[in-house]
Amino acid sequence: MTIIDSLRIAWTALRSNLLRSILTTLGIVIGVASVIILVAVGSGARSEVEKQIASLGSNMLVVFSGSSRVMGRAAGAGTDLPLAESDLAAIRDKIQGVVAISGQLNGSGPVVNGSANWTTTLSGVHPDYTTVRDWPVVSGRDISMQEMRASAKVAVLGQSVAKQLFQGDDPVGAIIRVKNTPFQVIGVLASKGPSSFGRDQDDLVLLPMTTARGQIVGKSQVQADQVGQLYIKFEDGTDLKDAQEDIETLLRQRRRVEPGGDDNFSVRNLAEFMKARTEVLSTMTYLLAATSAISLIVGGIGIMNIMLVSVTERTREIGLRMAVGGRHGDIMRQFLVEAVTLCLIGGFIGIALGVGAAVVVANAAQWPVLISPSVIALAMAAAAGTGVVFGYFPARRAANLNPIEALRSE
Amino acid sequence: MTLAVARPDVPLIQRDEPAAARVLIRAENVSKIYTMGDQTVRALDDVSVEIAKGDFVAIMGSSGSGKSTMMNLIGALDRPTSGRLWLDGRDIAHMDSDELAELRNAKIGFVFQQFNLLARTPAINQVILPLLYARPRPDDLEQRARHRLEQVGLGQRVDHLPSQLSGGQQQRVAIARALVNNPQILLADEPTGALDTKTSEEIMALFEELNREGITVIIVTHEPDIAAHARRMLVFRDGKIVDDTVREPLKPPMEVAR
Repeated sequence: MTIIDSLRIAWTALRSNLLRSILTTLGIVIGVASVIILVAVGSGARSEVEKQIASLGSNMLVVFSGSSRVMGRAAGAGTDLPLAESDLAAIRDKIQGVVAISGQLNGSGPVVNGSANWTTTLSGVHPDYTTVRDWPVVSGRDISMQEMRASAKVAVLGQSVAKQLFQGDDPVGAIIRVKNTPFQVIGVLASKGPSSFGRDQDDLVLLPMTTARGQIVGKSQVQADQVGQLYIKFEDGTDLKDAQEDIETLLRQRRRVEPGGDDNFSVRNLAEFMKARTEVLSTMTYLLAATSAISLIVGGIGIMNIMLVSVTERTREIGLRMAVGGRHGDIMRQFLVEAVTLCLIGGFIGIALGVGAAVVVANAAQWPVLISPSVIALAMAAAAGTGVVFGYFPARRAANLNPIEALRSE
Repeated sequence: MTLAVARPDVPLIQRDEPAAARVLIRAENVSKIYTMGDQTVRALDDVSVEIAKGDFVAIMGSSGSGKSTMMNLIGALDRPTSGRLWLDGRDIAHMDSDELAELRNAKIGFVFQQFNLLARTPAINQVILPLLYARPRPDDLEQRARHRLEQVGLGQRVDHLPSQLSGGQQQRVAIARALVNNPQILLADEPTGALDTKTSEEIMALFEELNREGITVIIVTHEPDIAAHARRMLVFRDGKIVDDTVREPLKPPMEVAR
């Protein structure tokens, strides 16, 4: 007996009880479909987060100055002794593997182009900023060292600001007013999209650090050489944990933290933090998928139930097959093939439903979904596995029938 | 030429006789004991018998006489509890269930009282069924099945479903199915039990014709009319053969061949 023969027999048997076959396979359909949907949505969300990690810049550490305490109450990050140009220089010179380093001193204020105005984040940065953040300038050019030294009144616009002020015209070369001071636009940044917390990262204007410090962010609130937070990019293959410890040691000395005292700054690996979020998301996805896999088990039990009924109903047929020469293995295989066929048909329908529903969700809810071939293969394998596992017992029961009693049964 | 009578004091086979070569079924002190709870039932009690190749034998007896048990053993559906049973030279007493299945497939064609056709399956596929289990599996399944259906007079109805066939026609499909593997033995269990008298006669005529062509036919029945078609009658009672009548001696194989 060939596998084609077995398949043909299984198909005949399933078709002769069509409604029952359809109802039986429904459990598998639902199980497979829900696994597909959940994994598609889950991995879609994960790929979004991964994109955000990439948008942070890779191999990057961020240093914030710490929180000062005012009458025992923490005043928040950045309120303590600020990080200064000398800290930046020390890190650049003394820490291994630093490729680029930049401060980012944030303020906010209105920017105006003719009649269009927009209030946005004004960030004083060093020329290396775009390198550190993997954030290329797509039009015009970067802030130069020259402009930095000269506190030049030049600005690089984020995509959102460019859109607000210029409505699609090329802003490069135009003069805008930033807090009522004229600035020349020298470049436009690539779009980075929303951050993981939904903030529009493209809604900012980059200015030379020196310019920002002097005029924009507000002289009175700023120490002469303050640099805000520090972004540090390392060579590929640098152990960021070691680098983080080195920076901590260095800054403790420079900022006179007593041994055992609390750090008045913090060094963070944002990518690491995001990765943790990805892992949580993955765990959630797999947890949900596992939950829906339970419906596969329930579906499998349904299959087993119906296969047992089928074996009982077809006892005479089994007896006949044995009488004309069907071996233990032949009978076993016939019922296993039947169960697996049932599950695979359910699996196909489930995949079609799941993919369809995922596409609908993607379009309707603007929710990212990602259907990978491996998930489909996995779902098919799970369906077939369900057939084998839950078909085994009924098949064995059929194969173990005594031909004489089977032939005599009603 | 002795057509064996089961008597322990007489040797079953005289070795210098050519009859030994023509023995198809040989039972030697065969017993079959069923255990039901703490009761044991001796369904067959030390039966010895030989059936020659090409014979037409009716096995008779009331229910519980052991005739069904004997049929199951001859059909290689079961093994004896003790004693030995040869089918075409092969001892089934020590075969496992797969070997028995293979032996049934190769040597025995079954015909049942209730036909045992598969529901919603066309005649041709009913007849193909035993070929699917044959090893090696032949390639010309349909051709063989079609030929057998023609042989039983159903050449025009190969695609009919059982529900579209009369009882007699259904039994003919079953006979075609029994023949398709070219078996040595055609084993029929009350083959006319579900048929009217006229159809029964037609089916028995078909058996006689098949027997004339050389196949050994064994019919289990309790109807004397049906048994009358056989050359030899074995009557069972209480697990023993109580009567063995040869109505018409089997012709020597040379004559059969001519």
